[in-house]
Amino acid sequence: MSTDLGRAAQRSRTVELGMPTVAADPHGHLRGIESFPAAAHKALADTQLRRNLGHATRTIRAKRAAVVSEVDDWEELRRAGESIKADTMARLPELLLQLEEQVTARGGTVHWARDAEEANRIVVDLVRGTGADEVVKVKSMATQETGLNEALEAAGVAAFETDLAELIVQLSHDRPSHFLVPAIHRNRAEIREIFLREMPDVDPALTDEPRRLAMAARAHLRRKFLTARVGISGVNFAVAETGTLSVVESEGNGRMCLTLPDTLITVMGVEKVVPTWRDLEVFLQLLPRSSTGERMNPYTSTWTGVTPGDGPQTFHLVLLDNGRSNVLASPDGRQALHCIRCSACLNVCPVYERTGGHAYGSIYPGPIGAVLSPQLTGISGPDDVNASLPYASSLCGACFDACPVRIDIPHLLVQQRAAAVAAHTRPTGQDLTMQAAAIAMTTPARFKLAEKALGIGRVLAGRKGRITGLPWPMSGWTNARDLPAPPAETFRQWWSRTHGEDA
Amino acid sequence: MSARDSGDAAERSSTREIVLARLRTARDAGNPATPVVVTREFATTGRLAPGSAAVLERLDETLTDYRATVYRVGSEAGVADAVAGVLAQAGSIVVPPGLPGEWLTGYRGDVRRDGPPLSVDELDAVDAVVTGAAVAIADTGTFVLSSAASDQGRRAITLVPDHHVCVIHAADVVCSVPEAIARLDPSSPLTFVSGPSATSDIELDRVEGVHGPRRLDVVLVGP
Repeated sequence: MSTDLGRAAQRSRTVELGMPTVAADPHGHLRGIESFPAAAHKALADTQLRRNLGHATRTIRAKRAAVVSEVDDWEELRRAGESIKADTMARLPELLLQLEEQVTARGGTVHWARDAEEANRIVVDLVRGTGADEVVKVKSMATQETGLNEALEAAGVAAFETDLAELIVQLSHDRPSHFLVPAIHRNRAEIREIFLREMPDVDPALTDEPRRLAMAARAHLRRKFLTARVGISGVNFAVAETGTLSVVESEGNGRMCLTLPDTLITVMGVEKVVPTWRDLEVFLQLLPRSSTGERMNPYTSTWTGVTPGDGPQTFHLVLLDNGRSNVLASPDGRQALHCIRCSACLNVCPVYERTGGHAYGSIYPGPIGAVLSPQLTGISGPDDVNASLPYASSLCGACFDACPVRIDIPHLLVQQRAAAVAAHTRPTGQDLTMQAAAIAMTTPARFKLAEKALGIGRVLAGRKGRITGLPWPMSGWTNARDLPAPPAETFRQWWSRTHGEDA
Repeated sequence: MSARDSGDAAERSSTREIVLARLRTARDAGNPATPVVVTREFATTGRLAPGSAAVLERLDETLTDYRATVYRVGSEAGVADAVAGVLAQAGSIVVPPGLPGEWLTGYRGDVRRDGPPLSVDELDAVDAVVTGAAVAIADTGTFVLSSAASDQGRRAITLVPDHHVCVIHAADVVCSVPEAIARLDPSSPLTFVSGPSATSDIELDRVEGVHGPRRLDVVLVGP
């Protein structure tokens, strides 16, 4: 890992001052190791995974639909959320400066990080400064993105994930597969086995009843919470106007990490800022109903800098770019930064429901991940695995309907497909086929000529009426599916036969 | 300041300038031609009047739906009996420094006031905590605790004990989230509580009782 870190540091040093840049992904947390089709192929063969995901996403879709239908002004709230986020992006640098000023005035310290490696270095140094050799963590996508746990481990600091699903992932040396429920791919029986294997003090009579599993997690983490000296969190919303940060959670592990340690270190992507306190009236309605399908999540904590006599007396806020400036520079693409990580688009996506989150490679899976990850990292060429992500969709549009801040994900998917093609350094088989099609379709005369060639297709299809194998580049199509035989007569041929030649 | 520290500080400020410069360049490159107009056409007042019998009824329903137990009392005079009733099994409790003494006149166990502050281990040893609330939201079954209020206290006291009893007055009950946000001052820590600690992490089914208080009782004072 040290060589990876070194290379990432070199990359970030050669960056032009002030130009938006893509994320250096030293640990590959924004990029997988194989393309989506290859990874999805393996995931689809895992029938247990498909059963687990099908059950979990069906449950959450029904819950979300029920609580959203209770809200008469849901569409107005979505439009408000959309416009507040668009306004935020238009004023992002100024809002961040205001946030910094307010947090600093209230006794906090603000740090800025260009990329994942820099954010990790800042946090590791801060933890070392406290003398602590362990930290408790609230689930945070930002620190998953930067690979903070690995960086802490390399520095000799043990990081304890405290969210139940994140704990399951950590104990089983697995990767998260969902924003909200990183262990959505595991069922209760698998979770029981992980606990029995990995929790040293667990009751061997543990059953797979969810309540009993939750109790086992409580017992496992209780002493850690009560003795922790350093807590690490992410942020759901950071209010520029007041310097107030908020964490939305369910279990109380967030409250433990935010309240009991002496030192709190919070890492946030720069896009998490909102202009005013009042804006929470919108997001605290949109987020819980969209994510867990609850009217309100059990606990939301807000804090502003340091409060004497209440909670951590040392507070650090790390503001992370890591490719976000690259996304912000795109007039349409910046919508991906509006995401409030509710995961509603994952739960309604027919692709995600079948492949699960790991197939996307990046820690941001699902429809929003498919448009966010390639923008954060940029697409380096035809072999970049993130170039395959925008194709992980049938463009059905369910994600847009579910998105509480109305991100036009289908539009961004198409746009990122175009970006993926634009990154081709040499034409692929598909490019050649499309170029040939463009030539054929440019004039009626050429098209007519091309139609004549369809007779060859009928010969290839033979009596079975299907074409099952074509030479390159058309093999890209027939490798995965049969091609029906062309009709004996095309529409244009039929028209000229029945209506005369001047079709 | 040592040479290393001043070097770190210089590096920190240059990183800040680089990130800000990148974001300014990107913002200008991607900004729309016309300024963004923020639309707020959603309801900012609730369907039910604050403090009304109807809004209390809805709060009762939504709290109960998320597994809090609600005790209704008609007036302040009924609070002490209700609190004593729910604390019948609690040998010791912690209360914030400014909790009204009248609420505890029926309770026979050991009362520890959090002033001077109790240690985490002391909090872990008490059976329950009793507080007031800053505001409650009927639409969502939520009450909000403000660290600045003397009957609510610092955050740790409502977190470590396993049983929370919260007294909510009709005057503090609103219908909707926007009405509650308008009443709250974020300069001191706030905790929004909706039911006892819960998780949806196992197969996305909600089960109650993880790290926060596993038992939540609400004494609702009003019509």
